[in-house]
Amino acid sequence: MINYFLEKKHITMLELIEEIGERYIKPFALKWDEEEIYDPTPIKALSQADLFGIIIPEEYGGLGWGSFEMCLAVEKLSYYCAGVSTTYAASFLGSYPILLFGNKKQKERYLPDIASGKKLCAFALTEPQAGSDAFAIKTTARKDGDFYILNGMKQWITNGGIADIYIVIALTDPAKGARGASAFIVEKGDPGFSVGKKEKKLGLRASVTTELFFNDCKIPADRLISREGMGFIVALKTLDYARCGAGAQALGIAQSALEISLKHATTRIQFGQPVYNFQAVGHTFAEMAVKLEASRALVYSTARYIDSGAKDISSASSMAKYFATETAMWICERAIQMMGGFGYMRDYPVQKFFRDAKCLQIYEGTNEIQKNVIARELLKYYK
Amino acid sequence: MEKIIVCIKAVPDPEKVKVDPETHTLKREGTELLLNPPDESAVEMALRLKDAFSAEVVAISMGPPNAENVLKKVYAMGVDKTVLICDRAFAGSDTLATSYVLAGAIKKLSPFSLVIMGMQSLDGATSQVPPETASLIGIPSVTNVKEIKKEGENLVVIRESDYGEEELEISLPAVIAVTTQIDYIRPCSLKRLLKLEDIKSEQLDAEKLSLDRNKLGLSGSPTRVADVYEKKLELKGKIYQGEPEDLVDRFIEILKEKGIIKE
Repeated sequence: MINYFLEKKHITMLELIEEIGERYIKPFALKWDEEEIYDPTPIKALSQADLFGIIIPEEYGGLGWGSFEMCLAVEKLSYYCAGVSTTYAASFLGSYPILLFGNKKQKERYLPDIASGKKLCAFALTEPQAGSDAFAIKTTARKDGDFYILNGMKQWITNGGIADIYIVIALTDPAKGARGASAFIVEKGDPGFSVGKKEKKLGLRASVTTELFFNDCKIPADRLISREGMGFIVALKTLDYARCGAGAQALGIAQSALEISLKHATTRIQFGQPVYNFQAVGHTFAEMAVKLEASRALVYSTARYIDSGAKDISSASSMAKYFATETAMWICERAIQMMGGFGYMRDYPVQKFFRDAKCLQIYEGTNEIQKNVIARELLKYYK
Repeated sequence: MEKIIVCIKAVPDPEKVKVDPETHTLKREGTELLLNPPDESAVEMALRLKDAFSAEVVAISMGPPNAENVLKKVYAMGVDKTVLICDRAFAGSDTLATSYVLAGAIKKLSPFSLVIMGMQSLDGATSQVPPETASLIGIPSVTNVKEIKKEGENLVVIRESDYGEEELEISLPAVIAVTTQIDYIRPCSLKRLLKLEDIKSEQLDAEKLSLDRNKLGLSGSPTRVADVYEKKLELKGKIYQGEPEDLVDRFIEILKEKGIIKE
């Protein structure tokens, strides 16, 4: 297929993830999905392999790499289990606010433990009445001397309960609406902070999604990221950086679905020959391969564009997330169809990929929101 | 605990292994070598002790020059230092000659608190080297260990036996041979993998270890392999074709002929 001219360091990283995937994930992924279990073993392996340090600067114990390497890692991991890669990628999502907007003291306090994988992160923006309409959040943070007091709740938070570090967007000045939001670091164990029920999900079942509650949650004032009123800028910039990670997840899932269904189609004999020989089937695989490769090209280009230091990354990031996740959903649906009854049975993994891929169209901003972003940004270029 | 020495062996890939027709020993040079699986457990146990007690972990391997790759792998897993014990005079060594070399290297690396080895190698499968090495150094050994815990100055080990598990206290220094029953083995560190090109093992040979050449290699080994042959695997399945009714009758006849079912 297409050669993306990966460097030696990338190949070394991908071979290491392959080893981790084959040893710690592949034999257990269907069981985790079936029983909806979060197993910390692959996360432990990823942390011992230094893979949580990809985007963290070397001065804080990371590798000092960028979005491109993050996407390569997330793609490869998603090839084995998108539930595991969700736990992994959500930790990057939660670390970006500190990385992009944190002060030196906050970076020194949190980034080394994030890089070593000793502590997982979570990003908490969504609330029951504030999904796509993120500005409708109600959680508040009131300044009280050297502290902030948080009250409210967050919903559908990946890594809830298993993370040690939570980035929470709350209103410091509700009267100002979106301009009155601020970003805070809440630590596991902070007084007044608790984790609600674990959600039962259609897919990504090896990851943990929970509610978070803040009941007079008292945190030191130096946990404020940037300054008051910057909450949504922190949140939106974080999502701009992390979104191509969701696109990378889509690549890994789609690659796996393509390979497994292709193997089936070339060995399944009907009417005296492999079903792959029938033109309708062969053409379907051709379309799957083209769309997957186009998605990969877009995700990789976007990641490299982000790493170039460009400022206007919103549109590219949304395009990569939108196109790759729509493609993954389509490829997984076709993969099931190409396998017929085998694809539909839970003994085979393709149905899991189908369920996992569905979430990618919804989280980190629904694909409808991505199109809003792209449409809005288009006017800047072509008005 | 100051220094832990882990003995590892580079074994031929079982799917690509070749036998020397003259010496009846396995050809190690020029073939792809892998880390002996039980030795991976030994490295993991040593690294857990390192994490808990800040000990230095040194991995040593007696083997051909290409055993260096296996030493690099365990460096990437987290060991502090690697040593390759390599000499043409070692070729064809049996377990006694091997133990003699390892004992010499371990003494050279003194002082040490503990030696950990895999309980057996994939290619030899004798389980003799750990106790023989301990005996030659003059320290105690425990085999079949599945868990190591440190209590005070002594180590407590869980040993598997035919009758269940034994908990033994062992004074240091000692040799411990571990099983593959460990619950988890860490992957390589990416940071270390990226530095591997700059990593070179310390090289030791018979001269540096002041070894008696009469006790080395094929000539120094009392074991003689009389013959080596490849196990031939043959599929005995047959395919019968015809109408289902006839085939069922034929199938029943075959089962009767083989005595699997009776009249």
